[in-house]
Amino acid sequence: MTDTSKTSLAGRLAARFGDTLKISVVRNETTAELAAADLLAVAAALRDEPEFRFGELIDLCGVDYLGYGQTEWDTSDVSWTGFSRGVEGEAVGRFRWDDRPRDVGQPRRYAAVIHLLSVENNRRLRLRVFCADDALPVVPSVTGIWPGVNWFEREAFDMYGIIFEGHPDLRRILTDYGFVGHPFRKDFPLIGNVEVRYDPEQKRVIYEPVSIEPRVLVPRTIRDDADLAQAKAEAADHWREN
Amino acid sequence: MAQEIRNYTMNFGPQHPAAHGVLRLVLEMDGETIVRADPHIGLLHRGTEKLAESKPFNQSIGYMDRLDYVSMMCNEHAYVRAIETLLGIEAPERAQYIRTMFDEITRILNHLMWIGSNALDLGAMAVFLYAFREREELMDCYEAVSGARMHATYYRPGGVYRDLPAQMPQYRESPWHKGNDLKRLNRWREGSMLDYLEAFTADFPTKVDEYEELLTTNRIWKQRTVGIGVIPPEVAQQWGMTGAMLRGSGVAWDLRKKQPYAKYAEMDFDIPVGVNGDCYDRYLVRVEEMRQSNRIIRQCVQWLKTNPGPVMVENYKVAPPKREEMKESMEALIHHFKLFTEGYGVPAGETYCAVEAPKGEFGCYLVSDGANKPFRVHLRAPGFAHLSSIDAIVRGHLLADVVAMIGTYDLVFGEVDR
Repeated sequence: MTDTSKTSLAGRLAARFGDTLKISVVRNETTAELAAADLLAVAAALRDEPEFRFGELIDLCGVDYLGYGQTEWDTSDVSWTGFSRGVEGEAVGRFRWDDRPRDVGQPRRYAAVIHLLSVENNRRLRLRVFCADDALPVVPSVTGIWPGVNWFEREAFDMYGIIFEGHPDLRRILTDYGFVGHPFRKDFPLIGNVEVRYDPEQKRVIYEPVSIEPRVLVPRTIRDDADLAQAKAEAADHWREN
Repeated sequence: MAQEIRNYTMNFGPQHPAAHGVLRLVLEMDGETIVRADPHIGLLHRGTEKLAESKPFNQSIGYMDRLDYVSMMCNEHAYVRAIETLLGIEAPERAQYIRTMFDEITRILNHLMWIGSNALDLGAMAVFLYAFREREELMDCYEAVSGARMHATYYRPGGVYRDLPAQMPQYRESPWHKGNDLKRLNRWREGSMLDYLEAFTADFPTKVDEYEELLTTNRIWKQRTVGIGVIPPEVAQQWGMTGAMLRGSGVAWDLRKKQPYAKYAEMDFDIPVGVNGDCYDRYLVRVEEMRQSNRIIRQCVQWLKTNPGPVMVENYKVAPPKREEMKESMEALIHHFKLFTEGYGVPAGETYCAVEAPKGEFGCYLVSDGANKPFRVHLRAPGFAHLSSIDAIVRGHLLADVVAMIGTYDLVFGEVDR
């Protein structure tokens, strides 16, 4: 249940920002989802207004929601016609570049997730901004509000290709010089595209198409039979003593 | 006669003894003065977060050790805590005390590494040798509980891998360890690991005195650190600094006190803060943190000696059953098989769990869609945020101060590059 009383952070956020924020509270963690267009105004208010005072931006990261909730292993109806329960798998690690998943089931893929910390009030807040366009994900940069976000935004750009509008120096940060693609996207192969080695004939380091096969040892499964509820019941049952 | 003077650009690293691993700094210099510093990182980027997406939850614990490879168990703690939060389980009390104790052992390990290498960077060779003497003793504790000196994979969702050993391993006679040397090495190792730690903690404050003797009033050390790299508290917050970097600037912020986890709420310890926010204050803060960690370890040892109990939840969906049980019980065997082939599903949701790692706030943002593998893991490394501020901090300093600054950031590229 979302506590919207006046004293809670969620309540005060709702009172201050109204419909701009979509607020949820799960396990005492407050998350506010907002549109990219509102980010800068909300961020400035969150930093400066005395009841919020989120002076520190702890973290910013990209998330790619492609394939969220998809599995590779059929757990609900076991087939009596054959042994295999495997379903078509496209999760990370299973494909090469030329057969990467293209079907986009999720309405919007990319989001930037910001974690704020207020040292004065000892509070945390999570902001999530979805990018409107999957082909060209854009989010306004908050470097003007928290300068420390600079590298975090560069990392999200490098890994997910999210463009932070207004960032003073949006270069790649973690990948190699001259790297092509955004490696943490869900449709980027885990094995990569190129491998690098020293070529004794040419006497220099060369790049070649990757030679290893994609391979995953454990299929991705989602069980709706609530493993944990089951485990709790078993723990209470003391089946070992019976 | 007019003379044309131009800035020139200098490449510092990635293979430089003071670069603490693989930092490449492109420095724009005006004589000896830094005009601009542009760090190039990522030379140690292994894509840990993406690798974690392709494996069941438990198989990524070992990757956490390899992030900040001088504070291994603290990284594990953040990841394991994030999984536990989503699962809605809590480790048994004894496991929480063990985690608290090992977090503090890790903090001392980290600070010893830092004090040694930082002093070495600034021209004091001896401290390194002294610090590694005690590091060795603590790494034996890592080895005693997990079998590995560094990459322990000891914390597990639901507790820790196994209980503390009843007998501390001893050195055997060899051409390198014999006679009085062997006796000295084994002097604390007659009893359990807790006895060993009790003896260690009784002795350690005198060892900290030795490091302080070498540095605190050392003229060269003070010339190299006092007034260097001053970070005002508001600047520290703007750059997302945490840990000793923030406390050195006088902000009394420590997650162990402000947002306690494991058993820190029950511990009696103090949070040292600096006054001037320079490299020297951060040095003093970290030295005092070693003494406080020592206090916490002593308290944990006392509790652990008198309170036996389970160290892992009795939930066979996340924790393996006992080996003896598997010999007889069909269910136990099935649980074991499912756990080690498929793993366990974590309820859909997201969480951010942070611990006060020795370098600052190490956080794990975990998104699960209900599967047996994480949908997204993001690791918030303190060193990444700290290093990003280097351009703003070192402008106007001399080249030698950059080395002091890199040292005071306490950088480890395993976590910066992930």
